Amino acid sequence: MNGEHAFFIDHARCIGCHSCVQACEECDTHRGQSMIDLETIQRPDSVQTAPQVCMHCEDPVCAQVCPADAIKMTPDGVVQSALAPRCVGCSNCVLACPFGVPKYQVELDQMMKCDMCYDRTSVGKRPMCATVCPSQALAFTSRAEIERTRRGHAVNEWRFGGETVRTQVYVMVPAGVPAVRVDLLRRDGLQAAPRGAAPPVDDVAVLLGEA
Amino acid sequence: MARLPVSVPDLVRRYGPHLNRAPAGGWAPAGEPDRVVPTHCCFCGQQCGIQLKVRRGKVVGFEPWEDFPFNRGKLCPKGVKRYLQDEHPDRLRAPLERRDGDFFAEVSWDAALDRTAREIRRIQDRHGADAVALLTGASLTNERAYLMGKFARVALRTPHIDYNGRLCMVSAAAASKRMLGIDRAANPWSDIPRAEVVLVVGANVAECAPITTDYLWQARENGARIIVLDPRLTPIARTVDLFIPVKPGGDIGVLNGMLHVMIGRGWIDRRFIADHTTGWDEVVEAVKPYTPEHGGAIAGVPPALIVRAAELWGPAKTSFLLHARGLEHHAKGVDNCMAAINLVLASGRIGREGCGYAMITGQGNGQGGREQGQKCDQLPGARDIENPDHRRHIAGLWGVPEASLPGKGLSAVPLVEAIHEGRIKGLLLLCFNPVVSLPDGNFVREALERLEFFAVIDFFLSETARYADLVLPGALMEEDEGTTTNVEGRVIHHRKVVDPPPGAREDWRIVCDLAARLGAGDKFAYRSPAEIFDELRAASRGGVADYYGITWDRIDREHGVAWPCPTLDHPGTPRLYEGARFHFPDGRARFQPVTWRPAAEPTDAEYPVVLTTGRVVAHYLSGTQTRRIGALVDQAPQPVCEMHPKLAATLGVADGDVVRIESRRGAITVRAQVVRTIRPDTVFVAYHWPGDRSANTLTVRAIDPVSHIPEFKVCAVRVTKVERPVDALAALPPEAGGLR
Repeated sequence: MNGEHAFFIDHARCIGCHSCVQACEECDTHRGQSMIDLETIQRPDSVQTAPQVCMHCEDPVCAQVCPADAIKMTPDGVVQSALAPRCVGCSNCVLACPFGVPKYQVELDQMMKCDMCYDRTSVGKRPMCATVCPSQALAFTSRAEIERTRRGHAVNEWRFGGETVRTQVYVMVPAGVPAVRVDLLRRDGLQAAPRGAAPPVDDVAVLLGEA
Repeated sequence: MARLPVSVPDLVRRYGPHLNRAPAGGWAPAGEPDRVVPTHCCFCGQQCGIQLKVRRGKVVGFEPWEDFPFNRGKLCPKGVKRYLQDEHPDRLRAPLERRDGDFFAEVSWDAALDRTAREIRRIQDRHGADAVALLTGASLTNERAYLMGKFARVALRTPHIDYNGRLCMVSAAAASKRMLGIDRAANPWSDIPRAEVVLVVGANVAECAPITTDYLWQARENGARIIVLDPRLTPIARTVDLFIPVKPGGDIGVLNGMLHVMIGRGWIDRRFIADHTTGWDEVVEAVKPYTPEHGGAIAGVPPALIVRAAELWGPAKTSFLLHARGLEHHAKGVDNCMAAINLVLASGRIGREGCGYAMITGQGNGQGGREQGQKCDQLPGARDIENPDHRRHIAGLWGVPEASLPGKGLSAVPLVEAIHEGRIKGLLLLCFNPVVSLPDGNFVREALERLEFFAVIDFFLSETARYADLVLPGALMEEDEGTTTNVEGRVIHHRKVVDPPPGAREDWRIVCDLAARLGAGDKFAYRSPAEIFDELRAASRGGVADYYGITWDRIDREHGVAWPCPTLDHPGTPRLYEGARFHFPDGRARFQPVTWRPAAEPTDAEYPVVLTTGRVVAHYLSGTQTRRIGALVDQAPQPVCEMHPKLAATLGVADGDVVRIESRRGAITVRAQVVRTIRPDTVFVAYHWPGDRSANTLTVRAIDPVSHIPEFKVCAVRVTKVERPVDALAALPPEAGGLR
């Protein structure tokens, strides 16, 4: 992989167009199968969508829980799909991943997941999804370039209760947020949102004063 | 009489739309391609750079083209999957002749061309030259658009040629020509991120011009405030600084209201107005009544939103205004656009870095397609067909007497009305699917059934081509060569990637052969699209849209060249109106006073809901191409009726229920999608589908008096919950107009 570059997700930019999903399945190593999910959060209330690539944990839970030792990392930290000869199809990784990334492919009897387009990044290209993404909600560039061109800042630390997970993939958050806390869901939004920030209003009737 | 030869389900079974889901050779690892050809997407006006991978003479996939500056590798899902048209089972591979009651029969090219010429001659001999018409499209290359205009005026000698850009760009075009002098985006897209405030009016950028999203977000990263006007909370509206959920047709309430506030607060560039414009006093007078309260009542929004918009827009140092079909698709579309341009001129922020204005051109060659002479009132170079000097220039170049050039013909909607009335009896059509894309679809079908002779050039049997007497199989963009002009006015080069399939032919060859059979062979003796481009350059020379200095070599070297470009050493003109010089003899822009008027068909007790129509990101225009690509159909299989839960509650409709939407012109049946992201008084249906799922069955056949654009964005409907229909059309696959 190109050592200077990293993968960044900026959810505020996502427009839900599915380019990432459509382009992923065009990649040479897994043609016809997309390894990225685009979540529609709650369509009745909002148009918000969120792309989910593999976050490439520094100490990947999927690999820790694999009884067959089938999930390997490249020397530069990319977590790969399960090795086909080793994978026993137990789905431990599918259940354990805090981001819901690995998928057990029944027809292949193998876990497959996003490998950050290792075939592309290892020869200096950007991953397919981050190349085509029209909104650049998915971006593959240098830390310096992201900090120069984007508001907010990039974090790669996630706190799930007492558990901290560090990932190779960064996510853009407002300035002053050191990590993304996803342990406590409150009725008024994610704990990670800056205190005092209004929850998003996507109800047109509210905007019109008709609600 | 051109009725359908067999039933729709039978036609669908044979000619599709069927879904292509896998590239040539399947999904197995393809290995190294033999060639990777940099070219452009065939779809919308963004005209993104893309590389197509070719193996054994077939397109097998794509690779992003990161060097092309407009999109830097970015693509929307349509661009990603466009290559799946190439080896498609529905491709037409022989001319087809209708056999009533028995499909179409394959006939030879000679037989098809001979008959087409014979029928055209017969109709013209009996009823006059203007009894034959041409309908063309804005997804054609510049070369093909130019050829069609010349074919109409020289080979057919009919005034009646118009194009589906009439459904797209004409309101913006008329407003720009009247006020600024040139029908083109005033600025390159690179000016967007340099603006302090960006106003987006009636443009669902995320779905209809997805690549523009990154330009908007980059402006925001640089500190810009973004304002969006739309009846729906679109994906870009979700996170912008100010979203104004304007009622369809109410934009002038906001735009005039903003100007009213700006005048009151002194946020006006009086120096610019005095030095570089005319007509300001009339505009001041016109916007006097448009207090935020009055504007808000027209627009159906709280007055405070208008004041806030003026506060963001008014005092800014730099700004960019973008609009698209949401503002333009109205029987007052030109007035709407003029109200927007008034805001730009009043601020004096145009013609400089980070200061600009643009319409977001919709169709692939929406820009170039409207300059080369396929509009009913235009000659090449965006010249006026009624202007004696312009006529002499073109007649001289074409080697025909000026008096032989027809005058102004009918625009698309009146042209179809003339067919319906029997005044036009013969029609040649390409790159247009009016059965799906024109308003009042039942009327369009009736009109086509009345033609004495109807020939279509297309690569798939579109819903319109089903009515043809003869279908001539044409070529995809990547099977021919030529240029288009993108949303910025940048002329770009579509390379030929592969040959058309055996039996199909490049459109320009078909048209030239037809011209020869009509006795005009010497005027259409082109050996390549390059020769057509060279003639186009000369034809446009000295015109507003001057391409003379643009060559295919220059385009390749410079990643496109923006017109006007009058000489080979001219750098091109990415930004118009620099130095505040507008394209009028006195160099001054023209303010235009605008007064709001209601929609052609307001709601009433019988039809109490506003229907507005538009697009989704997975489909392009009438869907002839994208409804044949499996991955895109999976993403958006069928239209839905978006409605707010408040409206749904009054109708007793739950999410996923089947509803019947009825206007004075017809009815369709689709599933309801209940969402808070739309105004409670409005429903939305995307228009890409045919038959009983076609939004244009409902839309009103009302046109702008100046631009003749139809009012796709407002008509009156009623909505009722119904049982799922079980008829033969509903049972079709959704891509063919069925309902799931």
